Amino acid sequence: RAEEEAVFSRRNAAVCFCFRDRKEWADLEPVPQDDGPNPVVKIAYSEKFSDVYDYFRALLKKDERSERAFALTAEAIELNAANYTVWHYRRVLLQALSKDLREEMRYITNIIEEQPKNYQVWHHRRMVVEWLGDPSEELEFIAQILSQDAKNYHAWQHRQWVIQEYKLWDKELAFVESLLEDDVRNNSAWNQRHFVISHTTGFSEPAVVERETQYCLNQIRKAPHNESVWNYLKGMLQDRGLSSQPGLLEKVLELKETHCSPYLLAFLFDCYEDALENGVPKDSLDQGCQETLEKALEICKLLAQEKDTIRKEYWQFLGRSLQDRYGGEVSPGDATPTAPASEPQQIS
Amino acid sequence: MDGIPTPLRCFSEQHSAEMFVDDGVETVTSREQKNVERIIEETIDVYKQMHSLPQPTLLREQHYQYLKKGLRHLSDAYECLDASRPWLCFWILHGLEILEEPIPPAVASDVCQFLGRCQSPTGGFAGGPGQHAHLAPTYAAVNALCIIGTEEAYGVIDREKLLDFLWSLKQPDGSFTMHIGGEVDVRSAYCAVSVASLTNIITPKLFEDTTNWILSCQNWEGGLSGVPGLEAHGGYTFCGTAALVILGNEHMLDLKALLRWVVSRQMRFEGGFQGRCNKLVDGCYSFWQAGLLPLLHRALFKDGELELSRQRWMFDQQALQEYILLCCQNPTGGLLDKPGKSRDFYHTCYCLSGLSIAQHFGNMEHHQEIILGKEENRLAPIHPVYNICPEKVAQALQHFLRLPVPTDLRQPGVSGDTKSSEPDSAYAEPQS
Repeated sequence: RAEEEAVFSRRNAAVCFCFRDRKEWADLEPVPQDDGPNPVVKIAYSEKFSDVYDYFRALLKKDERSERAFALTAEAIELNAANYTVWHYRRVLLQALSKDLREEMRYITNIIEEQPKNYQVWHHRRMVVEWLGDPSEELEFIAQILSQDAKNYHAWQHRQWVIQEYKLWDKELAFVESLLEDDVRNNSAWNQRHFVISHTTGFSEPAVVERETQYCLNQIRKAPHNESVWNYLKGMLQDRGLSSQPGLLEKVLELKETHCSPYLLAFLFDCYEDALENGVPKDSLDQGCQETLEKALEICKLLAQEKDTIRKEYWQFLGRSLQDRYGGEVSPGDATPTAPASEPQQIS
Repeated sequence: MDGIPTPLRCFSEQHSAEMFVDDGVETVTSREQKNVERIIEETIDVYKQMHSLPQPTLLREQHYQYLKKGLRHLSDAYECLDASRPWLCFWILHGLEILEEPIPPAVASDVCQFLGRCQSPTGGFAGGPGQHAHLAPTYAAVNALCIIGTEEAYGVIDREKLLDFLWSLKQPDGSFTMHIGGEVDVRSAYCAVSVASLTNIITPKLFEDTTNWILSCQNWEGGLSGVPGLEAHGGYTFCGTAALVILGNEHMLDLKALLRWVVSRQMRFEGGFQGRCNKLVDGCYSFWQAGLLPLLHRALFKDGELELSRQRWMFDQQALQEYILLCCQNPTGGLLDKPGKSRDFYHTCYCLSGLSIAQHFGNMEHHQEIILGKEENRLAPIHPVYNICPEKVAQALQHFLRLPVPTDLRQPGVSGDTKSSEPDSAYAEPQS
């Protein structure tokens, strides 16, 4: 008996229990895909795939609104969760059949867990949440997905939508902080930090800027070669002007001795550039201005030639640009390349 | 230019100094990055051992065979792209055009007919016959047809219906959904602007407010996000920037901040580009990210910038070519994300596109080629806005500009609302 069963299940696994063999579907004529006589990019669909989608096409053609259609959409989705036509149809059926949306939430939760990098699944979840008018499970669910991949773009997008739509700002900064404790290099978390603050207190309040600056400097001391924190610091201060923060330049110059990095140097350059841009003396012959220009150009050269050579072209451009804008005379060394070569130059 | 081969950047003694510094603070990010660097280092070492003379070679013939076969037949591994078949057409045809391999007229005609079957009766193109129209396959289909560039190809596109389709997706705030009842993000703006400009169906109100919506996607990092508020990301940044270039409004971006962001995305060790800060290198960003530099070069030039190089883009062209040629080629054909990943047509398309950009510098007056390896590695130049060859862009524009812009009395927000009001009837299968 046991042997017979083993053989039976082995055989079943190989043969697909297709819709075309099911009597409850006998009334429906499957619709094969119309690829035309000379197909291109023809996919060698499995028997199961063809079967399910032949029946999907049949249902779509009839615009059938039934339980069996609903059940079939789940099969079609399992075979290709990126088929947005199937998802649309499923949503139509959800409404037409007044399906239990709580159950649909459970369904979409599972699908997202399996395929968290798919656009359609997250959009579907958003629609169901909107229909229910109930975001109460969202933050926890998204946190769960982020615990598996803390940078999932769709997850963050859904999270921002939920927070903004339902005004759930309250605990988000704390959530961000916990993610940054896990991984201070998580750029998505730094972005969320910026998102929360700009939509709540804003960055105009000096107390906020002071607190955030302190936070950044602390993180920099712990891990200086973290580009995210430097970008955040600059991003927060750039509208006001980097040179507007009293004492910041000095702190960065201190850090340069013990916690240097290409990011610190770039930040320093930005401070100098901002000072030139917004500094009181506009006269290019002014001594202070000349000194600042020289310091900025020195950093450009250091980055281009030694510390950030992959961006050499960029740093050289910035140097030339700065020289142009604030320099009195052309300085030798970083001259604009002259006439281009007329033959292809091979590096081989 | 015979002689001593140019030393490879990744063979230099200073190269290992470019590896990630974790400051003794290990996190998921640093672990992942160091892991990738280790694999890249191994890949480079293997290459060193196998080749006495460092002359990276583009495996043209292998890539050609891979693309040629895929244009007809794909394994069941491609079931997951069953709703993206025009993309497969575009990725493959574009790969072939970059490799300067001819597309036999019979094949071209078959592609035209297939894409015709993907076209929706209500306008736009779908992921496959009988599916709903969607802006991504619409973009891909129009590009593929422009690559083919025959009268038959151009004739497939129903311009009036295409305009209807775009309107049906337009939102009051200037954005577009990707499909009826679908999601909004900046890809849709690029897809819409790209197809509308190529087929000459832009009407005065069509992209009203779209510029402002795209601009609202530029964030504190300097790059652009998918929707306002999110992290700056290479794919979305390309889409937003290229769309603005087409609309003539790229100057409204903070170009300096964008430039800083994108150049910072080139990985100092790997030489390729990452999609977001503190994430991993991926061959496809060779196009999405590096492709921004030609766009920015032109934008800055138009803005009056005098100090732009006349020979190079503002990224390390050699380093990117090294990454693609040494780390992103499958020896049996096709290109990929990074060593250890499988080949696919998407990566084949975008790695080759990126390689082309890295090889060709050019603006109005100046053209400069930098070909790493043999001259045979040279690829066709591509148009950085549309990502098809410039001749094909010009030819398409020439064809469609002779046709009248469809008459248009519409207003945005009439249908296709992202909220609950999705159309009630499931879309009936068109009979073609």
